[in-house]
Amino acid sequence: MNSTAFAPWEDPEATPLIQFQNVTKRFGDFVAIDDLTIDIYEKEFFALLGPSGCGKTTMMRMLAGFETPTQGKINLAGKDIAPVPPNKRAVNMMFQSYALFPHLSVWENIAFGLKREQMPKNDINDRVEEMLRLTRLEKFARRKPHQISGGQRQRVALARSLAKAPKLLLLDEPLGALDKKLRQETQFELMDIQEKTGTTFVIVTHDQEEAMTVASRVAVMDHGKIIQVATPDRIYETPNSVYVADFIGEVNIIEGTATPNGEDSYAISWAEGQSPLKAASAKPFSEGQKCHVAIRPEKVTINAQKPDGVDNLVQGKILDIAYLGNISTYHVELPSGTVIKAQAANTRRIARRSFTWEDSVWLSWTATAGVLLAE
Amino acid sequence: MNRLSWFNVVSLTLGFAFLYIPMLILILYSFNESKLVTVWAGFSTKWYGELLQNEAFLNAAWVTLKVAVFSSTLATVLGTIAAYVMIRSGKFFGRTLFSGMIYAPLVMPEVITGLSLLLLFIGIGLDRGVLTIVLAHTTFSMCYVSVVVSSRLVTFDQSLEEAALDLGCSQAEAFRLVTLPIIAPAVISGWLLAFTLSLDDLVIASFTSGPSATTLPIKIFSAVRLGVSPEINALSTIMIAIVTVGVITASLVSKQQAVRQKKEEQAAERAA
Ligand SMILES: Nc1ncnc2c1ncn2[C@@H]1O[C@H](COP(=O)(O)OP(=O)(O)O)[C@@H](O)[C@H]1O
Ligand SMILES: [Mg+2]
Repeated sequence: MNSTAFAPWEDPEATPLIQFQNVTKRFGDFVAIDDLTIDIYEKEFFALLGPSGCGKTTMMRMLAGFETPTQGKINLAGKDIAPVPPNKRAVNMMFQSYALFPHLSVWENIAFGLKREQMPKNDINDRVEEMLRLTRLEKFARRKPHQISGGQRQRVALARSLAKAPKLLLLDEPLGALDKKLRQETQFELMDIQEKTGTTFVIVTHDQEEAMTVASRVAVMDHGKIIQVATPDRIYETPNSVYVADFIGEVNIIEGTATPNGEDSYAISWAEGQSPLKAASAKPFSEGQKCHVAIRPEKVTINAQKPDGVDNLVQGKILDIAYLGNISTYHVELPSGTVIKAQAANTRRIARRSFTWEDSVWLSWTATAGVLLAE
Repeated sequence: MNRLSWFNVVSLTLGFAFLYIPMLILILYSFNESKLVTVWAGFSTKWYGELLQNEAFLNAAWVTLKVAVFSSTLATVLGTIAAYVMIRSGKFFGRTLFSGMIYAPLVMPEVITGLSLLLLFIGIGLDRGVLTIVLAHTTFSMCYVSVVVSSRLVTFDQSLEEAALDLGCSQAEAFRLVTLPIIAPAVISGWLLAFTLSLDDLVIASFTSGPSATTLPIKIFSAVRLGVSPEINALSTIMIAIVTVGVITASLVSKQQAVRQKKEEQAAERAA
């Protein structure tokens, strides 16, 4: 990404399309959304990521108008949407279950929302044709939902929710029912469509890869709270907590205590008889503070011989090798019992690789490779 | 399929005999030449001819039909609304009591329903006739419709309605354009149920009918007390025929639909 990339959230002048202001939603005593504040900007592809039951669908339903916040305010384009009923909101939702009308054909499903706006007949025809082309469904226009496949149904649901050209499109786990290959294809299709139409997308997913692929920004949620909002690369490279680091991708977490050691630099003592680890952190830690070093496996280098001039070096024994074709993940057990994962690209044929089970190896990483986290 | 054992064959035969022999006898004797019901004197269709000349029977048939059509239609509208509100309104104060009260007439003895309606009509000074029978039949068949429709609504995917709202429908439009077409089969069976209930009701109709309007079951019942005539057999045979044709058509149509849907779904899976 270059510096002129799309990043309205960094522009203090930009006005958000959606503002959640201290929104709380309770179902009885149960708090589904907990004092949540967030801004989402126009033309964003915003992903909500979190484990099942953390309140993602509830957030969507509040935007669509099917639930009202118990406390707080939601603004859409600067206006409080609380008094606006779902059928008057410039928001459309693609349902987790697709919710296609079984008694109507694909064509009629897509035209359904347009007919409600009293659009002239010719315009409806044009618009539906356009949507059919966009989602490559021309051949299935006359079919009923039960006469097409799962992937096609999902595209009908998308076309139907896009047809009214909403300001905001909500997608609730839209690709959950698709197999991996079709899901990846559709992710790119979604990004393509989002770019072409300039609609703001909010997508719910529990698949972190999907969120990373499609989103301009990702919000990681837990128990009705947003833990971190950032671009995919920042979420991955600089998670703000062990929860986020652990939720997104694979990570090694090493617990220890910090000792300041020069500017933005710390020595972390982590195990008896092991030399302290070096870690850099812009966030300050006090002497003796408990902390966690989070290092991605691909940032750990694995060597058969002891390397020179590295910041952090540990020795261990290969416990397990996960062969993924292009890369392998090595699980290395240190004398302290800690298991560290290291990833290496398989640049050589498998028969010629330099280490195997039970081999003694050296793991090394730089001081800036990891992130130092308080909790 | 398992082969039928002799035990199953016997049970089946006995069961069907028990159910259908009385009706077969009735149909047979409607084609009897003789006026004496118990003596077979050869095949004839003359009682059907005479039936058409019988003004009183034809009048009663006409009243019965009118009552059945109006009351079942009214009951379907009210019963569907009641079911919809009960299923969709979520929790509110006294909900259990309300839904219990909707279904109470199902188990209420008909005599009591009839009597209480009679008292009501006398109380408000409504002359007994077609109108009072329609009202009475609507009251008791409405809860049957409501049972049939609510059992369909329980499995109805509510996100379909939300999708309709999301696409710009008002609540009423969402019901008319999405919910109603989808639950239509249940509504239609509710209507058919109410229609047949009204057709063969004797007890409630005899409480709420007046001299100006008599229904067919009342007519048949009072005629039989003077002795069974072949004319009544003929009338009953016609009713059996109508009901049989209706039931067979309905089941054929729904079966055909299920088969077609299944075929299309399989084709879609293959194409995917
Ligand atoms: N209508 C409701 N009544 C009671 N609890 C609800 C209701 N809707 C959602 N919840 C609860 O709120 C929590 C969040 O649900 P949801 O937003 O659907 O989670 P997610 O989509 O992230 O899996 C869940 O624990 C769920 O049980
Ligand atoms: Mg959900």
